[in-house]
Amino acid sequence: MSEPLLKVENLKQYFPVSRTFTVKAVNGVSFEIYPGETYGLVGESGSGKTTIGRSVIRLYNPTDGKIIFNGQDITGRMGSAARQMLRKEMQMIFQDPMASLNPRKKVADIIGEGLDIHGRASSRQDRADQISEMLKKVGLSPEHAARYPHQFSGGQRQRVGIARALIMNPRLVIADECISALDVSIQAQVVNLMKDIQEETGCAYLFIAHDLSMVKYISDRIGVLHLGYMVESGTKEEIFSNPVHPYTRSLLSAIPHPNPEVEKRRRSVSYDYASSGIDYARGTEHLVSGTHKVLATDDEFASWT
Amino acid sequence: MSNTAAPEKILDIRGLDISFRTNAGTVHAIRGVNLDLCRGETVAIVGESGSGKSVTMKAAMGLLDSNATVNAGEILYTYTDEAGTKQTVDLLKLPKKTLRQQFNGQRIAMVFQDPMTSLDPTMTIGKQIMEGMFLHKHMDKQAAKARALELLELVGIPDAEKRFRNYPHQLSGGMRQRVVIAVALSADPDVLICDEPTTALDVTIQAKILELIMKIQKEMKLSVIYITHDLGVVAKVADYVNVMYAGKIVEVGNVNEIFYEPLHPYTWGLLSAMPDLDTDDDRLYSIPGSPPNLLHEPKGDAFAARNQFALVIDEKAEPPLFQVTPTHFAATWLLHPDAPKIEMPPELKARLERAKKEADKYL
Repeated sequence: MSEPLLKVENLKQYFPVSRTFTVKAVNGVSFEIYPGETYGLVGESGSGKTTIGRSVIRLYNPTDGKIIFNGQDITGRMGSAARQMLRKEMQMIFQDPMASLNPRKKVADIIGEGLDIHGRASSRQDRADQISEMLKKVGLSPEHAARYPHQFSGGQRQRVGIARALIMNPRLVIADECISALDVSIQAQVVNLMKDIQEETGCAYLFIAHDLSMVKYISDRIGVLHLGYMVESGTKEEIFSNPVHPYTRSLLSAIPHPNPEVEKRRRSVSYDYASSGIDYARGTEHLVSGTHKVLATDDEFASWT
Repeated sequence: MSNTAAPEKILDIRGLDISFRTNAGTVHAIRGVNLDLCRGETVAIVGESGSGKSVTMKAAMGLLDSNATVNAGEILYTYTDEAGTKQTVDLLKLPKKTLRQQFNGQRIAMVFQDPMTSLDPTMTIGKQIMEGMFLHKHMDKQAAKARALELLELVGIPDAEKRFRNYPHQLSGGMRQRVVIAVALSADPDVLICDEPTTALDVTIQAKILELIMKIQKEMKLSVIYITHDLGVVAKVADYVNVMYAGKIVEVGNVNEIFYEPLHPYTWGLLSAMPDLDTDDDRLYSIPGSPPNLLHEPKGDAFAARNQFALVIDEKAEPPLFQVTPTHFAATWLLHPDAPKIEMPPELKARLERAKKEADKYL
């Protein structure tokens, strides 16, 4: 395999709430993303998946651990060159397109902001051309450039968010729950668009979501998070055909299938961390097969497999 | 679940037509909706946001916004009053006060989408559960408390005695939604309306809450209406499904008919757009375009513009509901005897075959 594009090693992200209480949102998570692939992060709310996305793009300062992106360490103090590289090569698509687009700016200026900051447009005409080309790429028409975000529907707004992320031609896009606020029929449109763009530009995605069927559809590899620990990771085939960790199993069993006869007879497997007797802090990474890893103690690993 | 010979109709919505006055003009949000709910059954209303599924149920609860006008239609509700006689009333004709005092909460209760906004942050959950009992049942405090503790246990909250004095912010999202359900059940309603009850929750908790509602439904012989856009949820809970699009019901049927033999192109689209765990096609099917703006009344079939199977007539006249089986209806011209024979997309067909095979294993 080639060099990983992003390498996260033992990432920890703590938020001190008061002198005596610290929220440990992410507890030593490691994963790698290779160029052009899609890595899916799944987990329930509060499992730390959004925090990881935000730490990776340095919206937070990681408490501990190492993040290597594009061959450069982007933890701790960054030089201006590293910062420039990070801001250009890594972009983010947010969950709620209404909240993440500036309502007082026209779409052209929202999309073109990165071009302006990084001086990537040689002239006004060049800037306008780049913007209209980007709009076409995400399935909007160039005339939309003069409109404001509120004049769009939810799906179109998310397309503007995608256009803003892609105009810098990034190598990694962090998509944080970018389809969960959309309707089912629109979700499929946006996911198809993201796939098309990936084929065309070869960018990698860190796809953060709680909708497992969509994650399975779009991702090449998946990491399952629970309470700030990566409990299981592997390719999507490994995770879905052979879930090992009880949390992953309960997560998979909870996905509703659009099949009434099956669904009516099926009961979800429940998993309660407090009563299960599992202590994530004592677990170590065990290799199941290939790239399939699970967090467990030796005894637990023996009993699960 | 309907084991009696003739299921008793409890809620009967006929020709409901609602429009909203807005600054931009009149929005014709509901355009002739018919819906039946029988005792002990579960009916689901599926549709995209803006299709009018919530508005329909809000009309039944008398919760319509002040800019709404009911142009036509009736919502007939049948119940047994205190004296034991059967009564049928039109909920739209009742004065708001009567509706509030005698029906809302007491006979028809609602579970809302977001448990954080539907609970009062300044009241303990115990108080909120007892509130309905004081108002509707005139219970004394001791009886109410006993019943509230019973309800908390019923909805699966451990340590009910302790939780009784908690405030909503002290509970997790799943627990809060359980409290909302307990509040809804506090006055022993006949009908429970669940408006996207699990959208704000995680998948694991979603499954728990749905199983809980199903269990309670059986125990208390409730009739439940689900409003949702998640077809997975529908498959799990519903007996009958109404698919709604642009203020109209475009397909009705029992759950097996809708999931195994869908007839309306919109239903095909909805089913195809949701990847199941075996989907490995390169592209996900998506319904092109977006729902119509009801500010401008669509001419002909509202779905025609997004429908790859649209016929010429779709742009001229609205299709009536064609009956296929005693329970299955769909509003599409494709079912007209003169229409060309058009099959559902092959990918969907293959998937439904797969689903049927899987289902056969359980039969």
